[in-house]
Amino acid sequence: MINFQYLRTTTAKSAIALLLKDKNSKFIAGGTNLIDLMKRGVTAPDKLIDINHVPLKNIEQVGNNIIIGALASNTAVAENALIKDKLPLLAMALNAGASAQLRNVATVGGNMMQRTRCGYFYDTEMPCNKRTPGSGCGAIGGFNRMHAIFGTSENCIAVHPSDMCIALIALDTTVVLANAKGERKILFKDFHRLAGDTPQLDNNLKPDEMIIRLEIPVNNLSKNSHYTKVRDRASYAFALISVAVGLEIVNNKITDVRLAMGGVAHKPWRLTESENFLKGKEATLENFEQAAKLAMKDAKGFGENDFKLKMAPNSIIEALTVAKSKA
Amino acid sequence: MRNQILKDENDRVDGIYKVTGKAKYFAEYELPGLTYGVLVTSTITKGKITSLDTKAAEKAPGVISVLSHLNKPSAPAYEQEGGPALKIFYTDKIFFNGQPIAIVVANTFERATYAASLVKATYAKESFNTDFEKAVSDASSKKLQGQPDYKRGVEDAYKTAEVSIEEEYHLPIETHNPMELHGIIADWRPNNQVTVYAKTQGVKATQGTIANVFKIPIENIQVNSEFVGGGFGMALRTWPLEIATVMASKHISKPVKVVITRMQMFTMVGNRPAAVQTIGLGAKKDGTLTGITHRAFGETSVYENFTEGVVNMAKFMYQCDNVNTQYSVVPVDLGVPIWMRGPGEATGAFALESAIDEMAHALDMDPLVFRTKNDPEKDQQRNKPFSDKNIKEAYRVGAQKIGWSERKNKHGSLVDGQWKMGYGVSIGVFNANRGRASVKGILKADGSLVLQSATSDIGPGTGTGMTLIASKLLGIPVDRIKFELGDSSLPPAPSQGGSATLSTVGSAVNDVCVSLKSTVAELAANANMDATSNFVDVLKKNNLPSIEVTKQSQAGKEREEFSMYSFSIHFVKVKVHSLTGVVKVDKIVSVGDSGTIVSPKTARSQMVGGAVGGVGMALTEESIIDHRYGRYINNNFADYHVPVNADIPEIEVHFINKPDPHINPMGAKGMGEIALIGFSAAVANAVFNATGKRIRTLPITPDKILA
Ligand SMILES: Cc1cc2nc3c(=O)[nH]c(=O)nc-3n(C[C@H](O)[C@H](O)[C@H](O)COP(=O)(O)OP(=O)(O)OC[C@H]3O[C@@H](n4cnc5c(N)ncnc54)[C@H](O)[C@@H]3O)c2cc1C
Ligand code: SF4
Repeated sequence: MINFQYLRTTTAKSAIALLLKDKNSKFIAGGTNLIDLMKRGVTAPDKLIDINHVPLKNIEQVGNNIIIGALASNTAVAENALIKDKLPLLAMALNAGASAQLRNVATVGGNMMQRTRCGYFYDTEMPCNKRTPGSGCGAIGGFNRMHAIFGTSENCIAVHPSDMCIALIALDTTVVLANAKGERKILFKDFHRLAGDTPQLDNNLKPDEMIIRLEIPVNNLSKNSHYTKVRDRASYAFALISVAVGLEIVNNKITDVRLAMGGVAHKPWRLTESENFLKGKEATLENFEQAAKLAMKDAKGFGENDFKLKMAPNSIIEALTVAKSKA
Repeated sequence: MRNQILKDENDRVDGIYKVTGKAKYFAEYELPGLTYGVLVTSTITKGKITSLDTKAAEKAPGVISVLSHLNKPSAPAYEQEGGPALKIFYTDKIFFNGQPIAIVVANTFERATYAASLVKATYAKESFNTDFEKAVSDASSKKLQGQPDYKRGVEDAYKTAEVSIEEEYHLPIETHNPMELHGIIADWRPNNQVTVYAKTQGVKATQGTIANVFKIPIENIQVNSEFVGGGFGMALRTWPLEIATVMASKHISKPVKVVITRMQMFTMVGNRPAAVQTIGLGAKKDGTLTGITHRAFGETSVYENFTEGVVNMAKFMYQCDNVNTQYSVVPVDLGVPIWMRGPGEATGAFALESAIDEMAHALDMDPLVFRTKNDPEKDQQRNKPFSDKNIKEAYRVGAQKIGWSERKNKHGSLVDGQWKMGYGVSIGVFNANRGRASVKGILKADGSLVLQSATSDIGPGTGTGMTLIASKLLGIPVDRIKFELGDSSLPPAPSQGGSATLSTVGSAVNDVCVSLKSTVAELAANANMDATSNFVDVLKKNNLPSIEVTKQSQAGKEREEFSMYSFSIHFVKVKVHSLTGVVKVDKIVSVGDSGTIVSPKTARSQMVGGAVGGVGMALTEESIIDHRYGRYINNNFADYHVPVNADIPEIEVHFINKPDPHINPMGAKGMGEIALIGFSAAVANAVFNATGKRIRTLPITPDKILA
């Protein structure tokens, strides 16, 4: 048996202290991703630090921010009245992910940290630069139907699989991290990374850090928000393409807009250029089509995922149209 | 024994055990001293093992034994020439990636799993091909195996018809993936006595295979398999991994349990073989079919051949004087396939029933009118009447229930925002079999009846059907009847496959009940009792605690006179999203024409399960291999998409429910296969009706709609 130590802690401080002690230790939250990776031999930590009892499950409004603790479960967030009222986009994205059983135990922090679902990453007999840097990328020239069309590198074309994170990037979220010395804040858009030359790194969390909470500014997008997820079956499947949209429309004029896409890149993909285009324009199909077109600049297929070059802009149009139509 | 919880006489007799966890599946048997086996599998696709280092594994904590071709654990049949090519642990040859090459036995499952990871193999690799489509395109010149060609009338008559179509259809590999993982517990005891707890569709078949490989008398082997958590065909043979487990138990003289992983379910226990098919159809302008050609290539393995009935349906399903078929199998370097629900007929029906729809479209005819017009009066292939066939009625019932009158012949006519709506229909047909089986009946003075047969129940509700047959004949309430199965010591019955169990074993139940009834009547007469006396009184009066009878039952001459089939008609309404390409099945109506419905509830469940399997076949299921490595990519339940509840709409099931006057005493025909056969074509036809897109390669995923 591959033995490992299991420790449970009740404060963020002690969790971080334990993490520092042993380089090959890992936090375990819901365990829905980590345990699978351990079973497949992708990772083999010496020490699991159970953080489920750390009191970071709060969901509340403080001033102009909604605060969500890193250990709040996906279900707790999605069903929270404040979230449903003020950030329905986040609730929709969460509910589009995984299954009810998984969401009940999966946490916000774990969801951000979940690793790609690329099949080569999971099979230790296959080449994969993310798992074993330098071994090659199995997906390039192989089965890459689920893979990225934006920001790819020759080292890795994997996508970040989260739905929740697509809503979070659209909502201008800030992430609060902590190490033994204290807290730091980074913008959600800077949390995840592109693969570049370091495909083994999914994000910018430092080895001595823990995710503590999210801060999401309140907005006027609630009414006209929508999360479109295109997948191979109606539930319990990762996105081929997903689109998070928030619109603020005054007299059919778009006064604020957020657009982000999932299933297309190594990180949640914010469509800034399309947003800039739409701002101040009328909420018409023509403008939506133009925004979708702008979003696809620099997109590149790898064979089996070429269909995303069409599905992505179509899904943007669909998401915008549905978001607009909400009364 | 009295089961108080039964509420409705049609309820599953074992339902309560299944939903309360009392049903015991093979892996749940706790034997004293049980050990755990884990299989080591090849990581190359083709070649030879050049070395196998098992030292680290042997030294690992808790390990009892490591078996492989190096120590050739005793299996007398494998020590001789001949027999199967893949003699596990008697060959260093690798035929496919994921082939079991060693078994590690330890005192816990976790320890065995870890030790298995320590076994290191080196190989001499050879070039290989796992790409069936490529194998087919390379194959044409080679001499292929398969089934005899069939021809009546003019070959390829479609080519000269007034209206003709010729199209190619592609099916990927599908994996059965029953919920229950495969495996076995083997307990080899002194004097060559063996007990196994198996996941099998045939306890007698498992018993026979073990007897053959280990050359011990059949009587020495006890096979138990009372509950099976789904099979869909994959448990129709005793796989090498099961032989390996028995070998291990024999070798270490301890019971050994093996339960394989979900990933191993893709490589070790068969799949629905991929297929490439061409259909040519010819018709007169008035819609009379004048030519059917069906040519098919099915996937097989290099080390063992597998064939199935892909082109059967074309030979008799439609009235047509010119029909020719051809079926060959093309080997690839993968594990040998096995029948998967609906088997080859489901593969063939996707192509034929899509083509029929394409022809109706070419003729600008309603596909239902076209089908009805070409519905045959008799079986032209065998030149015999059908024993029973009510297809026109089934079409009528289904069309009304789905709302066929809403359908427009011009595709793309029904639109709701971005959704396009369409209707599709197809037919399924499967040979209505009847084999030979024995059943023992024990009628007791306490008012109960016990029936015994070495048949199986992989899920359809065998015990329920048999109980209802007996209850009806003897007037005994269902909660006083117990049907025992899944035990090789009971009177013999065939494996559960090919939709034959109800017909085969049910007939024996019928015969046993009829015989018990006449015995009771005789006993009544002897005791000067009224002929209508209750059997309890009769037995008591005769001082008999019980009477018993065993009957063997099989088909007679009727099968020479009639052609016997079960039929199903599937109606499907879909909506297709024009921007995202998502297909949603909106409504399903399946009509079964399979004689008397003996067990209404479980029969309905069969049809519902078939429809769900059909949605999977049509829209989501595909086992994906990276042909550069010969390894499966989506070998888990997150990535191999079986439909989830959210994919399944309202399913309406209707039965014609008229007895087949010839097949068997109940007039009942099998249903397991027809529930699925043809279904995928109904979906593809509905997608075409909605969008004008004809998808000829399954599954119909959103990317194909957008292409
Ligand atoms: C079959 C299946 C289907 C799924 N489908 C979807 C889907 O459709 N959409 C989707 O978005 N997701 C899906 N998921 C993924 C699921 O959302 C993630 O597994 C889950 O969110 C991970 O959360 P967790 O708490 O269980 O993380 P864990 O498995 O406990 O941890 C994951 C990683 O995060 C680290 N970690 C956890 N908390 C912290 C913290 N506070 N600070 C620093 N590091 C931390 C752990 O050390 C670990 O490395 C699916 C998962 C499965 C198994
Ligand atoms: S895409 Fe990334 S994760 Fe997938 S095989 Fe390539 S390197 Fe590994």
